[in-house]
Amino acid sequence: MRRAALPGLALSLLLSCAGHQQSTVDPAGPQSGKIDTLWWSFFWLLGVIFVIVMAVLLLTLTRRQPDTEQELLESTHKPSEQTDSRIRRVVVGATIVTILTLFVLIVASVGTGKAIADLSFKKNPLTIQVTGIQWWWQIQYMSSDPSQTLVTANELHIPVGRPIQILGLSQDVIHSFWVPNLHGKRDLIPSHTTNEWIEADRPGVYRGQCAEFCGLQHAHMVLWVIAEPEDKFEAWMRAQLQPAVSPSSPDTQRGQQVFLNHACIYCHQIRGTTAAGQNAPDLTHFGSRRGIAANTVPNTKGNLAGWIVDPQTKKPGNHMATIAVNSTDLQPLVDYLESLK
Amino acid sequence: MIATQDLAPQIPNQAEEIEQLQRSWRHPRGVLGWLSYTTHQAIGMRYIVTAFIMLLAGGIEALLMRTQLARPDNNFLSPDKYNQIFTTHGTTMMFLFAVPMMEGMAVYLIPLMCGTRNVAFPRLNAFGYWMFLFGVLFLYWGVFTNAAPDMGWFAYPPLSGPQYTPGKRTDYWAQMITFTEVSALCVATEIIATIFKMRAPGMSLNRMPLYVWSMLIQSFMVIFAMPAVVVASSYLLSDRTIATHFVNPAEGGDPILYQHVFWFFGHPEVYIIFLPALGFVSAIVVAHSRREIFGYTAMVLAQVANGFIAFGLWVHHMFATGLPQIGEAYFTASSMMIAITSGVQIFCWLATLWAGKPRLTAALHFVYGFVAIFVLGGLTGVVLASVPLDWQVHDTYFVVAHFHYVLIGGALFPLFGAFYHWFPKMTGRLMNEKLGKLNFWVLFIGFNLTFFPMHILGLKGMPRRVYTYPTEMGWEQSSFIATVGAYVIALGGILFIANVLSSRRFGAMAGNNPWSADSLEWATASPPKSYNFEYLPMVTSRYPLWVQRSERAFVTGLRSDRREALVTTLMDAEPHHRYVLPTSSIWPFITAVAVSIGFAGSIFNPWYLTWGSVLSGLALIGWFWPRRPVELES
Repeated sequence: MRRAALPGLALSLLLSCAGHQQSTVDPAGPQSGKIDTLWWSFFWLLGVIFVIVMAVLLLTLTRRQPDTEQELLESTHKPSEQTDSRIRRVVVGATIVTILTLFVLIVASVGTGKAIADLSFKKNPLTIQVTGIQWWWQIQYMSSDPSQTLVTANELHIPVGRPIQILGLSQDVIHSFWVPNLHGKRDLIPSHTTNEWIEADRPGVYRGQCAEFCGLQHAHMVLWVIAEPEDKFEAWMRAQLQPAVSPSSPDTQRGQQVFLNHACIYCHQIRGTTAAGQNAPDLTHFGSRRGIAANTVPNTKGNLAGWIVDPQTKKPGNHMATIAVNSTDLQPLVDYLESLK
Repeated sequence: MIATQDLAPQIPNQAEEIEQLQRSWRHPRGVLGWLSYTTHQAIGMRYIVTAFIMLLAGGIEALLMRTQLARPDNNFLSPDKYNQIFTTHGTTMMFLFAVPMMEGMAVYLIPLMCGTRNVAFPRLNAFGYWMFLFGVLFLYWGVFTNAAPDMGWFAYPPLSGPQYTPGKRTDYWAQMITFTEVSALCVATEIIATIFKMRAPGMSLNRMPLYVWSMLIQSFMVIFAMPAVVVASSYLLSDRTIATHFVNPAEGGDPILYQHVFWFFGHPEVYIIFLPALGFVSAIVVAHSRREIFGYTAMVLAQVANGFIAFGLWVHHMFATGLPQIGEAYFTASSMMIAITSGVQIFCWLATLWAGKPRLTAALHFVYGFVAIFVLGGLTGVVLASVPLDWQVHDTYFVVAHFHYVLIGGALFPLFGAFYHWFPKMTGRLMNEKLGKLNFWVLFIGFNLTFFPMHILGLKGMPRRVYTYPTEMGWEQSSFIATVGAYVIALGGILFIANVLSSRRFGAMAGNNPWSADSLEWATASPPKSYNFEYLPMVTSRYPLWVQRSERAFVTGLRSDRREALVTTLMDAEPHHRYVLPTSSIWPFITAVAVSIGFAGSIFNPWYLTWGSVLSGLALIGWFWPRRPVELES
């Protein structure tokens, strides 16, 4: 009973995976779509095999002969010739079927791999360099025109329907770039550059997470991919290429001074100010981003204040320094950073 | 004097000879004596008990992890503790439980099944055990001094390098590997020598029990796989201690090289654990369905093929690093080939059970459980062999589910079956069958509760090795079920221990052959005497105890006043010459202490390598000091 119920249970649970922001079976792009199709063909084929083997396994039990307990030691331990040759035919047949099934699966798998590789030859790609750093993502939009290159962090905006080439790098240990709704994983390896093509075929927000164990905060290395129609993406790009907005209110002006007069500037950059640190996420348009600390917590003023005062509680072990900020300085600093839309 | 051997022959001075045998195979007394044992039953049992304690340790670590993951944003364990615990769990289960347990079972069973008196190199055997024990103590010394490894059980550089994991944690891990390597190589060597040269007369290769075949193949795999991990852990250790930069990308080393070398060992390692378990299954299926195995030759060839293919598919652990398409196709095909060899074996067992008259003993329950779990694990393995699918589910909980299905299903369930099957041989008493069946059902249900939901978690995008996860991910429910299941498994473990402890004292007496089984270990007393057989058996069939009693023969003429065994030829096991086995000796223990001082100290100070070598040299001089063979001429 249990075993028979298993595939049904599996199916209902699997269907619950759909409609999810980090799901391997809710494809939002051609790459993940092809993998999804392959997955379901594997699932059904292998599921049928599982059911058959389990059925045979249970049938061996029904063939028990309970009154043979007192069998003599010397009695025969072989089935009759007839039974033996019948079983032999079944076993040989099952082996041949196994081999053929695997052959089909190999062809399907290699075919899918090739189809995915072929997707990368489309025209007009956008190249984005993704660098894994303990424990956040640096995103760099590449262009032959230096004025069109852009550095941001932890958020990947892409236009729908355009192939994206992801160049994967790492600054420290091995990480893995993985946005399951769009494509499988590609490791980011120090001293290597890896390459992956993704594409979104519908607008949406997809979650990605580092998939290769990278140390203490591997669990909190999250990336949002925001797929938008081309025009919206262009607008976003234009806004991001601008330097940071100058603070307009006395409160945010003070906040800027607090930022520039503290150690923040050693690591963070805010374009348009003297803060030009390169070791931590670029904060030029920090206010427009969805999360803090590689999307460990949502980007709200309360979370930001908590993060600045004590970065080690929410994400213990992370490399952000704890900087003593006066309690009267904190509110202006938070207001200023949140104003950087 | 009653001969304990099944139907011992009538020989004139039998009583006197047996008394002499007992004298020459007597264990020395006292603590020093206990440290000097070289009989394979004693050493095998030490391996089994130590490895079982490691299973409990690994299990407790698993419970801690599952408790942390029971609900989102949990604070039960800090990320630092969690990382130490999951690394120690993996390391313990792979290196300190699974492989040594399989070795221990083999050390115990192989000489009995081959019909001889001890393993080929008894002192090496003792040395191997001490090295394993010191490896256990070494790693757990680290665990209890807040220096447990925390970089994952395959220790990828640069995370495992000196820059990202300073301190001694990774060094403890890498050097523990060295201890277990030495131990595994010792066992592999003596198992091969025992199987090739000490089989009972008449037990030609094609009459060997399938378990003996599986251990033979496994031992060859150990000999080819272990050097790779020696290389990998030495790269890492020398990068860490003397800055060699083999795998340090910052200085031109290559972290991918480490992955290749590690997995060239790491994948065969899985089969090193799994092949002996297949041997258990064959032995249990034959004995408890009372049928000759269906397709003996196919089974042997499938296992041999398994052993070869295992070395050709390591790259499927690295599909996410990026490969050219032709490489992907090759490693997909080679990984899927394992399904053929495993499938053939499953079919043959099913055929044997089908044609047989299975007695539904506790041992056979575990075999049925094994087939159910292992087939599912094998099928998810086919999924992982496909490169595009692997890109998605690699390093997620889907993989965690897969390898627990193949390792717990493929090795632990057969192992528990083997315990129920051979416990009467090892202790002389039967285990409680009712409790055994309850034990099976609790484990089986607990196992599926724990690991089945992990498939779903993986498909829902949950990566492995995360110490926590946010509420909104929808991973809560499955994680909670998995945690409940883990505690059910723990309950199953407690039932097993209770059964062992009570059966050891109150179990029904087993007699020589409680299952009417076929192989030679059932031809002697339970538990066997330290010399195993009064008269070495001769073999005329693949199922020596199933031939007519009148057709069974025994070897006479071996001297009983010293530890003598018979060396036979490799192919046909024709008697070749008599071989004097060494007696008890303290030197393996002393040598192991000396070597361990060198190994353990060297992670703190390179000079210890020197001191360790000098001490080991002195110990070896003692070990091999030419002495008048008193025991030979008494």
